[in-house]
Amino acid sequence: MPVPSDCKYAKSHEWAKLLPDGTVLVGITDYAQNSLGDITYVQLPKVGAVLAAGEGFGVVESVKAASDLYAPFAGTVVEINEALNAAPETVNREPQTGGWMLKLRPANAAEFDGLLSAAEYEKLIG
Amino acid sequence: MPALKRTPLFAFNQQHGARFVDFGGWEMPVQYRSILEEHRVVRQRAGLFDVSHMGEIEVTGPEAMRFLDRLVTNDVSTLFPGRVLYSTMCQSDGGVVDDLIIYCRGAQDFLVCVNASNTDKDAAWFAEHAAGFDCRVRNVSDDFALLALQGPAAQAIIQPLTSADLGALKYYHCAPGTVAGAECLIARTGYTGENGYELFCRPDEAERLAEALLAAGQPHGLELAGLGARDSLRLEAGYPLYGHEISAEIGPLQAGLGWVVKLGKAGGFIGCEALRAQQAAGLPSWIVFFKTGDRRILRAGTPVTDASGAVVGEVRSGTFSPVLNEAIGSALVNTGASELSVDVRGTAIKLTPVRPPFVPLPAKN
Repeated sequence: MPVPSDCKYAKSHEWAKLLPDGTVLVGITDYAQNSLGDITYVQLPKVGAVLAAGEGFGVVESVKAASDLYAPFAGTVVEINEALNAAPETVNREPQTGGWMLKLRPANAAEFDGLLSAAEYEKLIG
Repeated sequence: MPALKRTPLFAFNQQHGARFVDFGGWEMPVQYRSILEEHRVVRQRAGLFDVSHMGEIEVTGPEAMRFLDRLVTNDVSTLFPGRVLYSTMCQSDGGVVDDLIIYCRGAQDFLVCVNASNTDKDAAWFAEHAAGFDCRVRNVSDDFALLALQGPAAQAIIQPLTSADLGALKYYHCAPGTVAGAECLIARTGYTGENGYELFCRPDEAERLAEALLAAGQPHGLELAGLGARDSLRLEAGYPLYGHEISAEIGPLQAGLGWVVKLGKAGGFIGCEALRAQQAAGLPSWIVFFKTGDRRILRAGTPVTDASGAVVGEVRSGTFSPVLNEAIGSALVNTGASELSVDVRGTAIKLTPVRPPFVPLPAKN
């Protein structure tokens, strides 16, 4: 699957997609879900939580292991994807669409701009 | 680190999209598509597993049966050609050396299937204790590939490929036979809780046999299944895995395997006295299978606490049951401990004891 070019990327394999209202959807990349294997549980923060850049915001569990999720930039959680409670496998099936995890309001727009481009991320995962 | 060993089906697995892991020194397929999907396929239709990493030890000769009866905890004297027996094999202190399956091929000819990671240890253990018995012990692991075809459609898939009457082959029985032109030992055994077969064949015939099975199984929805699904299937069925529910420290009685420990067997067996003493004194700890009502998988090694918060044991196996849609597992806990729970990232997950199997399994006869 090609890396979608309408998103920015973190080295820790999260994607971030800027929405027209200035908020940003965050999830994990296809590369990340593929490395994790079957995802059985996604633990997300509460709406209203304030995250620092690089702060752990949750955990994604697969049959193999539990892995931390990191905020790609500082911001406030304005929405979480509640559907993942019952259907965490959506992250495997649609990592960059239906499998979104958080909607964040960035504390500082420049931080979002500083994330990796799709081409840069593609190079990172080789 | 020595190079990982590969099964005769390595190239076949690679061609079919396997993802490999190091399993006991072997480069084994952990999954082909999805562990959870492969698990469901085995419960609903059928799955084909490459389990050629398993070890095989051959014991032959006039006193082969007497030797095995002394070596393992179950009653080998009940075996006859074509009969198969599951057993544990213990140290003198009652700890488990390995669990194994004995296939009686002839009155003086037994094939013993052991865990891959224990094969060398087991072969040495066999050789050491065979002294004084008129029998011959050989590690013949390199002479065999092993394919397991498991699930409700297993018989329908294999029957057209063999002249052997599979309907007449009862659970825990075996027979020599040709499957898709390959000379096999066909066994009604498995590690999934489903009905199914394990086919021991020559390594150089394994790939052709696997391709034939896969082709014959296609109309039945057969898919390849890896070690990931094998582990969740065996746990759902409540079968022990060496190093988890049984080990050098966890004896068979503690693991709920009393049914394969014949303490009254004539002549006894290695570990008999220790296990008798343990039974008389009461088990210090035992294996409890549990479900959680939660999706978070409890990982092996995680401490288990009781209502007072005291640590009373640890998780030994944990996985996600795709049938129950919740995390299940096993724990070794102090005998009688109750109201068990495990902390997962600050949340107390309550363990509900379950007498396995976790899911309804088909009758096997």
